[in-house]
Amino acid sequence: MSSALSIEHLVKDFRHPMTLRPLRVVDDLSLEIRAGETFGFLGPNGAGKTTTIKLVNGLLRPTAGRIAIFGREARDVAVRARVGYLPEQPWFYDYLRADEFLDFYARLFGIARAERRARVKRLLERVGLAERARDPLRRFSKGMTQRLGVAQALINDPELVILDEPMSGLDPIGRRDVRDIILALKREGRTVFFSSHLIPDVEMICDRVGFLVGGRLRDQADLHERLAARETESEVRVAGISAPVYRQAAALAARTVASGKEFLFEVPADGSVEKLIDLVRADGGRIISITPRRESLEALFLREVRGGKPEEKESP
Amino acid sequence: MKIFAIALNTFREAVRDKVLYSLLFFALGLIAVSVALNQLTIGQQAKIVTDLGLASISIFGTLIAIFVGIGLVSKEIERRTILTIVSKPVSRGSFLLGKYLGLIVTLAVEVGIMGACFLGMVAAYADGVAGPAAVAIGLIFLELCVITAVALLFSSFSTPFLSGLFTVAVWVIGHLTPDLREFGERAGGAARAITEALYLVLPNLGHFNVKAQVVHHLPIEPALVAQVTAYGLVYVALVLGLATLIFDRRDFT
Repeated sequence: MSSALSIEHLVKDFRHPMTLRPLRVVDDLSLEIRAGETFGFLGPNGAGKTTTIKLVNGLLRPTAGRIAIFGREARDVAVRARVGYLPEQPWFYDYLRADEFLDFYARLFGIARAERRARVKRLLERVGLAERARDPLRRFSKGMTQRLGVAQALINDPELVILDEPMSGLDPIGRRDVRDIILALKREGRTVFFSSHLIPDVEMICDRVGFLVGGRLRDQADLHERLAARETESEVRVAGISAPVYRQAAALAARTVASGKEFLFEVPADGSVEKLIDLVRADGGRIISITPRRESLEALFLREVRGGKPEEKESP
Repeated sequence: MKIFAIALNTFREAVRDKVLYSLLFFALGLIAVSVALNQLTIGQQAKIVTDLGLASISIFGTLIAIFVGIGLVSKEIERRTILTIVSKPVSRGSFLLGKYLGLIVTLAVEVGIMGACFLGMVAAYADGVAGPAAVAIGLIFLELCVITAVALLFSSFSTPFLSGLFTVAVWVIGHLTPDLREFGERAGGAARAITEALYLVLPNLGHFNVKAQVVHHLPIEPALVAQVTAYGLVYVALVLGLATLIFDRRDFT
């Protein structure tokens, strides 16, 4: 598949305004995102995610290295027409109405009037703001501003959509809405590159993730492969089984927990699950749930942040 | 088209931020002056109307040029709206030019309305100077174009406060450059080199001031007007070019 975004040995130093001492924010970062892929850019706060995204969008000049979007220079005006970008915590012209605001951005792409109107209408519907089209932005809540920001990033029908922390600061419903939009973009075949520190969102959406820690890309992983490889066992909860069947089932399990009439078996992922299910059903028992236990992205993330040190689960 | 979109947005911001409300003060001042004028004799009236009218158009215009001008770019950076503009297929130069034109349109509306009111008063009180007065207003507008460009240049790399300070300094010195040069020539030495450099670099805003000619019914040479217009336009182009060079290298953190 062709490359949508290619970053080679990217370095960005900032100089302290007083001492002029350089501070390395992005350190020898190389990254390749294929067309049509959804890539999650993970890292703790201050890791350099936003700086990298700004470099990709031509807002900062790299100290060293190369960025190519669809094989062309990142700041090339022709390339910018194929990219959509939502900055972190966006703030927009509050004296404009929502429809005027999107119309302004459409003009920046030289889109003709009739087409502009149609797109603005469609996008406002898409982000659930059709009712607020004529409201001034100063009356918009943070969540509404964020959704309008997503609409702004899509005004040019971009092939590559770059979203910087699109879900931060949103309530659960807002997060779900943004997630659904990203999933829709993915279905439409667009390339999506987004940063986040909200792991559950990334885990559900992305094809691949990269971990940025201290300005360095620690690991690029095919998410599903990585997580599937670590699928070690399943938890099977059942109820209403007889004592002999319980004993047979317990023989298959690595660990058993009994609680009233319910039993929980931790079964290795080697076909034992199927055997257990057959046993229970033959006995007229009930399967309550089957949960594959795999190393979560969160555990993966924490390990990367801690520099490979295995540690017990802890909330980030 | 992109430049015009940015210009339109800038004009819209100025209008919705109620910049044009400053016209009310101008109108009130005008009424107060005309009331006061009725106390004076005919010859004095004409002189004072032209003098005060042109001076206030110039001052109101300059205040807007400086105070809106220094915020043109810095406000976009501060509020981070620039991130979504410059990442679109819009060159940095187009962005600056759009912001500049937006404020120039705002100033044109402001000066146009003030000028129309003023010319109305001139017709009532100072017969026969309407033509020269209109030329004087045109030159004031040109001076505002230069000041706006200077404000934009400073705001492309420094804070609004410093930009304001620098622009006011340029405006003050710009009106004194011939004196400055003369002072340097008398002082000699290093002072002379400095004043000569300032004389060459800073705009000579005195060129745009033909108030005295209008008030005293002296002729304003068309050739001079053409020369000054060319001077103003070239100066604006150079300053905007420099601003683009600086802005193009700038990081938006």
